[in-house]
Amino acid sequence: MEKPRSETGLAWQRFTSDRAALAALWVLGALYAAALLADVAAPYSLKDESREHPYCPPTAIHLLAPDGRLIGPHVRGMAMAYDTFRRRVYRATPEVYPLRFFGKGEPYRLLGFLPFDRHLFIVDAPGRVYLLGADSRGRDIFSRILHGARVSLTIGLFGVIISFGIGLLVGGIAGYWGGRVDDVLMRVCEMVMMVPGFYLLLALRAAVPDSLDPLQVYAAIIIILSFIGWAGLARVIRGMCLSLKERDYVLAARTMGLTDMEIIVRHVLPHTISYSLAAVTLAVPGYILGESALSLIGLGIQDPYASWGNMLAEAMSIVRIQFAPWILWPAFFIGITVLSFNVAGDALRDAWDPLLKGRGEST
Amino acid sequence: MLLKLEGLRKSYPGGVTALDDVSLDLMPGEHVSLVGESGCGKTTLARVVMGLVAPDAGRVFFEGREFSSVRARRGMFCRKVRMVFQDPFTSLDPRYSVRAILGEALRLEPRMTRGEELARMRGVLALVRLPPDILARYPHEFSGGERQRIAMARALMSQPSLLILDEALSSLDVLVQQDILSVLEELPRRTGVTYLFIAHNLRAVRRLSRRVAVMRQGRIIECAGRDELFSSPSHPYTQALLKAAFNYEVSV
Repeated sequence: MEKPRSETGLAWQRFTSDRAALAALWVLGALYAAALLADVAAPYSLKDESREHPYCPPTAIHLLAPDGRLIGPHVRGMAMAYDTFRRRVYRATPEVYPLRFFGKGEPYRLLGFLPFDRHLFIVDAPGRVYLLGADSRGRDIFSRILHGARVSLTIGLFGVIISFGIGLLVGGIAGYWGGRVDDVLMRVCEMVMMVPGFYLLLALRAAVPDSLDPLQVYAAIIIILSFIGWAGLARVIRGMCLSLKERDYVLAARTMGLTDMEIIVRHVLPHTISYSLAAVTLAVPGYILGESALSLIGLGIQDPYASWGNMLAEAMSIVRIQFAPWILWPAFFIGITVLSFNVAGDALRDAWDPLLKGRGEST
Repeated sequence: MLLKLEGLRKSYPGGVTALDDVSLDLMPGEHVSLVGESGCGKTTLARVVMGLVAPDAGRVFFEGREFSSVRARRGMFCRKVRMVFQDPFTSLDPRYSVRAILGEALRLEPRMTRGEELARMRGVLALVRLPPDILARYPHEFSGGERQRIAMARALMSQPSLLILDEALSSLDVLVQQDILSVLEELPRRTGVTYLFIAHNLRAVRRLSRRVAVMRQGRIIECAGRDELFSSPSHPYTQALLKAAFNYEVSV
């Protein structure tokens, strides 16, 4: 007999044999790594702007100098002018600004504490490198997407952790104990679920003062989003616990003197994991979109701090999208993040489900 | 007196009377079998004794002390009275290794060192004739008979003096039943445990028990020594039961 495998091990094996899920996992891994290392990966800081380059289109990376010599990757200078219709146009100037990999740029603190000033790639001032174009104030959208990923990607994660912690606990207690505890907890859940999500979001945001610093706003958004999210999970977990508590191994644990909380945590909640893990993964996009919605209408993260939602606030005018379609890039990143979480969540559920139907009964 | 049940009553919503004034005495070493058709209240009785179901009325005594309230049974009672469930596929949590499953049974025991715990685990595995190297494995890797032995090992971890076997053989096939039965025959000699053996397999009942109680519709209708009951059953229901199980003997 080969190495013993737990159900978790078997589920993981199943999960990793799903190629779409693996791809989604890699995408998410790359996005989170980029968010973690945003300071290094982004050429510019959050506060950097260049008033001479509003809505500058993505800069081309050239290998050959204007005279045809091979000089390696570089960008040209960009000069703004107005055409006859008074529209902004950018023309490349002959100046050459080589891309410097791991060159010195604006200083920052790596991972929040290590003083550092190297960037993955950068060009010397006054040259500007806009990989994905610039916004209305000449800020680099690529850099802001990386910085904004910190907010957008972690709000989903923290929000989900908090609300699922509450949801699991409330659902577990209500389902396992039943009776009056169950009645009270479920009525509370229903009250939370009764209010349409987005209006509850707005109402709760209105209850939080406007004059908060960005970190407080960030925390407030997480708390608000998790307050909305826990009730749905609690109800489903409760339903599962109602049936799980009649399983023989739960009864056996009771006869052996385990306390109710021990039984809930050891023998009841772990069996809801197939559902809750998938639900957690599938819920993350909701939080990301919730934050985007709040930031989009100006109630979330404020300038100059970036989140994918508040970057999209600029894209609320059709005219701007027409002339500077690259301001929609944050939407693309929201899209692939949401998609990856959904694919991974589906695969997680598929990986667990066959196991719950009593593996090994054929032996 | 090991276990004394007095006037236990339990009815379920919908008017089903599962236990109707059940009283039963068990002396140490006096393995009592509880037989009867499905739905006669055998399992309810086991669950009431274990505190999984609260009775409507009645008292439970163990070793002379009263443990009538379910709460009182946490502690000494839980350690000394253990139960083996019918279906070994549902009585072991698939998420835990054998070691964790056995370790959980020590919940109410005085603190032990890891070495003592391991020694205890190896000891009970030997009692149920399982090799000691299975501790790291998971329930889904075992057959039904092996799982039932793990469940028995778990029940023996706290060195109980009373073991309630609730149809512990019923879901196993015949050969495996023989196997488990021979383990069960040996256990009382080696551990001093007494059985309350709930079954409808009368051959197993004859091999394991000293006294047999026949249950029907929530009542114990006859309770007698094994040989007496098998040779001269007094209640017509018992006669019918025996006839159905051993009709060749009755016809002789």
